Amino acid sequence: MTMLVEKLAEKVEYVPATGTLSALWLLLALPAAGAAILLLSGRRSNSWGPYLATALCGASFLWGLVSFFALKGESQRSVDLHLFSWIPVGGFNVDAGLLFDPLSATFVLLITGVGFLIHVYSLGYMEHDPRKKTFFAYLNLFVAAMLLLVLGNSFLALYVGWEGVGLASYLLIAFWYHKPEAATAAKKAFIANRVGDVGLSLAIMVMFAAVGTTSFAGVFSSGISGGTATALGVLLLLGACGKSGQFPLQTWLPDAMEGPTPVSALIHAATMVTAGVYLIARATPIYSMSPDAQTVVTIIGAVTLLIGCFIGCAYDDIKKVLAYSTVSQIGYMFLAVGIPGAGAIAILHLLTHGFFKATMFLSAGSVMHGMGDQVDMRRFGNLRKYMPITFGCFLAGYLAIIGLPPFSGFFSKDKIIEAAFDLGGTRGWVLGTVALLGAGITAFYMTRLMVMTFFGEERWTDGQHPHESPWTMLGPMVLLAIGSVAAGGLLVMGGALQHWLEPSLGPQHEVGTHTIDPIVVTILTLVVVAGGVLGAWLAYARRAVPTTPPVAVTPFTVAARKNLYFDALNESVLMRPGQYLTRALVFFDNRGIDGAVHALAAGIGGSSGRLRRLQTGFVRSYALSMFGGALLVVVALLAVRLGQ
Amino acid sequence: MTPWLTIIGVVPLAGALVVALLPKGRDLLAKQVALGTSLVVLALTIAMCLDFSTAKDAPRFQFVQSYDWIKAFGVSYSVGADGIALVLIALIAVLVPVVLLASWDDVEKLDADPASATGKDAPLSLRRSVKGFFALLLVLETMMIGVFAATDVFLFYVFFEAMLIPMYFLIGTYGGPRRSYAAVKFLLYSLVGGLLMLAAVIGLYVASTRQGPGTFSFEALAALDMSHFTQGWLFLGFFIAFAIKAPLFPFHTWLPDAGAESPTGGAVLLVGVLDKVGTFGFLRYCIPLFPWAAREFAPYVITLSVIGVIYGALLAMGQKDMKRLVSYTSVAHFGFIGMGCFAFTTQAGTGSVFYMVNHGLSTGALFLVIGFLIDRGRSRLISDYSGIAKIAPTLAALFFVSGLSSLALPGLSTFISEFLTLVGTYTRYPVAAVIATTGIVLAALYILLVFQRTMQGPLSTAHAHLKDLRGREVAALAPLLALMIFLGFYPKPVTDVITPAVQATLQDAGTTDPTPTQLQSK
Repeated sequence: MTMLVEKLAEKVEYVPATGTLSALWLLLALPAAGAAILLLSGRRSNSWGPYLATALCGASFLWGLVSFFALKGESQRSVDLHLFSWIPVGGFNVDAGLLFDPLSATFVLLITGVGFLIHVYSLGYMEHDPRKKTFFAYLNLFVAAMLLLVLGNSFLALYVGWEGVGLASYLLIAFWYHKPEAATAAKKAFIANRVGDVGLSLAIMVMFAAVGTTSFAGVFSSGISGGTATALGVLLLLGACGKSGQFPLQTWLPDAMEGPTPVSALIHAATMVTAGVYLIARATPIYSMSPDAQTVVTIIGAVTLLIGCFIGCAYDDIKKVLAYSTVSQIGYMFLAVGIPGAGAIAILHLLTHGFFKATMFLSAGSVMHGMGDQVDMRRFGNLRKYMPITFGCFLAGYLAIIGLPPFSGFFSKDKIIEAAFDLGGTRGWVLGTVALLGAGITAFYMTRLMVMTFFGEERWTDGQHPHESPWTMLGPMVLLAIGSVAAGGLLVMGGALQHWLEPSLGPQHEVGTHTIDPIVVTILTLVVVAGGVLGAWLAYARRAVPTTPPVAVTPFTVAARKNLYFDALNESVLMRPGQYLTRALVFFDNRGIDGAVHALAAGIGGSSGRLRRLQTGFVRSYALSMFGGALLVVVALLAVRLGQ
Repeated sequence: MTPWLTIIGVVPLAGALVVALLPKGRDLLAKQVALGTSLVVLALTIAMCLDFSTAKDAPRFQFVQSYDWIKAFGVSYSVGADGIALVLIALIAVLVPVVLLASWDDVEKLDADPASATGKDAPLSLRRSVKGFFALLLVLETMMIGVFAATDVFLFYVFFEAMLIPMYFLIGTYGGPRRSYAAVKFLLYSLVGGLLMLAAVIGLYVASTRQGPGTFSFEALAALDMSHFTQGWLFLGFFIAFAIKAPLFPFHTWLPDAGAESPTGGAVLLVGVLDKVGTFGFLRYCIPLFPWAAREFAPYVITLSVIGVIYGALLAMGQKDMKRLVSYTSVAHFGFIGMGCFAFTTQAGTGSVFYMVNHGLSTGALFLVIGFLIDRGRSRLISDYSGIAKIAPTLAALFFVSGLSSLALPGLSTFISEFLTLVGTYTRYPVAAVIATTGIVLAALYILLVFQRTMQGPLSTAHAHLKDLRGREVAALAPLLALMIFLGFYPKPVTDVITPAVQATLQDAGTTDPTPTQLQSK
């Protein structure tokens, strides 16, 4: 273990950026400029603003590609760009700087690439919205903040991006703020994130108190160990749970579906919610010093992946099912990132998930677009006939998520299950079994979604005329669908991604230490997945789907429909008592503290009313008291002088 | 050396005189003169800041002037600015023109409002004087500059008390329906604090007479050798006066009333600047003059501060009146500042001074934008508004950004100061810092709750014709928000000025920053 860290610490030497890479700041500046221009310009920018925002995001993607190839050409794969001295206060010296290494380069391409496609999609999806320039401004703001998150070279710079994406997420969830549910969901998301931020803030404080720095280079080469490493690991994990919708902070993510669908695809599926995985991957040198913290990460991942797919089976709202699916898939990533040497697999799953989940969300958006914003799957059915391209895209995403070879999800999920078993001992068996079980349930609820939406009889509400979406929407969907099909295979070919990420994540899982033969794991997984698909097919395709949710269901379904009572728990444990406490304190402040002061005043002045009248508003009375005060000073001073 | 401080202090007073002497009925001219004066002060202050040296060997106090005033008692007119005083004076210079611009028509509107004019406490003349209002604000500016510039304890005390007069009239004459109650409460609290401080000032003088000629000079007093007993009592005298002014829990109950009943401009200066005298006093007087006592009492002060952070936030959440809500958020923010002052680390100290500046900008912006809203909707109650963003998007946007600054969103200057305070406190008092950090969740709650209730959701029919912000109002708010964004990304110019002064203060207190724990063992 120590050797691993030493190896990593050696590699944590960052070389200053030169040449093309010294213009890295352009990556952020382009979308940031777009956001600023669009926010400050008047309503007229509704016509050209969306195109400008899309173009700037595209430009950022192109610059990302240029930078990526420049980095590939460097022998030292971690490049540091110092911008300016940000917060220099005594021993606390934080520089504003960017770090471009294989990990951040990978994220840059994901964010700007998927981001650009979703910008294009939104051109069609938001075409008739009167505030569309604001929408695109927020999208650009999000891209800029997310890039800062993955490019910042210190935990504090990361934190700025971290809250920046939280802000963009808030603004976009509440984009249709006149709907009370949207406003409430946005607030909930922000608060849950803030709870996580307490963890991140404290982690930064612990770092500074322990090693006097917050830069990645400084912290990782300082040899943090023992209790400090565990404390940091747990605190960072709390931050990651808030941002990534992991147990116990997962309930905000499904509610966030109140936002426009492109937002759900970009922020609440492909990029922002995976920031927690990025954080933990980035902090690999800390986690590798604390097996305890790693175990906690894997447990959180395993618990969340089960919660997510369990609840995903019970919902009828297509976006909420996808949202819980996201919760569950990120659980897989957490599980992987907590396993020593499996960080690259987590990132692999993050990338493939970015493709297939974005595909499915955009397809779901296309379905809603064609069905008059209907989200209830009980009101869909047989749509494959009316929206063939949407169906095709969704199908690609579906096959990818259930992990059918050779679709992309197969490569990443299979490897996670394998890595979990490879942990060995009870831990390995438990986590491996959970991951395997999760794959089966995922296959079940995704098949249920497919069947209810695209197959079976038409259960539409009156006056529905489903139609295919415009090409501005279909184009990005098709491109992402191609990614869902091919990305996994391309990325793992010859261990490409794992090798590429080694400078950031340390040596990756070595072949030859398997608990179970990988072939057996693969076959086992495919059997479980087939079971899930078959189960859903029997339950939903062979029988008519009622248009209202059945009432006579098992207690499990009831619990799942109520988010396993997490919301109820929050309400009864935090919200209600909080409200009572607040009310009690207001009373106490008015009657208790202030009352005591009033009583005191009354005691001195005979009655507070008389005292008040004496003092009210007249110049002379105040002048008198000032005069009295001044006199007192002089007398006192004289007394002192005379006393000498 | 240019006597910047005296010039900057006298200009607003002169402006106030001109405004007051203008013939009746020339209200517009009065406003223009007042605004012009405040802009001159701003320009002069910028020049002064550029003249301030941050070189390593630069003296702690710059632009020093000293003349005997009451020679018999060692009282002198002594002014000088260290980095802490400089940034606070700069804050005043920025806020006053903003307040003047934002309050342009406030007096006329107040008179036009029947609810206000016919109150039972209404003054004899039915019309309030416009030029009186603007003259008072300028007088207040002089007093505020004086209080930060004074380096003679007696002079400081004079400004400390004199500052109350214009503020008292601003609240009592131009305030809301319960202005008399609020004004008197404000005055009584301040007078009680002032009295305690007066006793301590005299005690300090007595102590100085025992070791040579009596003096009120700050630097001479800081060099005094006092017994622990004396230090303890004198510290308490100063501390309580400043804690009331700040206000620190549990001395805060005057603030919500004063904040809510003040005219908006008055509230901005009251909470934005006047209250800073308290926390400024902690750093300038309590710590360097009584280092032993300050170290002894520090854990108690930090406890009160942390309680204030949580308590203020919870109470803010429970308020129905927006102006009271903002006042309570200030109680929470002052908790952070107080904690930072007494943590005795460079980061916490610089953080809390920077917090004082940022809080002035942030709460100033929040009070102004809420003032604009109340001005339109004629109610301070949150429940009277809903969905305003739909018809007043600019107002909503500026409300939101001001709110974000209050919850210390990274990227805004308030984050830098809040985080510095926390990180600096953590190195010495980890438990306090951990508890205070939970305040960031509560801050998000109280801001987003009021934003959701007033700005989001369906538009209330009562306000269907509410007008969005005018150019003048945007012009008043924009500089504050722009400054906060700029300083959020580039705080160095300000922190570089503050840090040496804070380090000098810590040296006076006889403390040094803790070394990082993992580096200690090596």
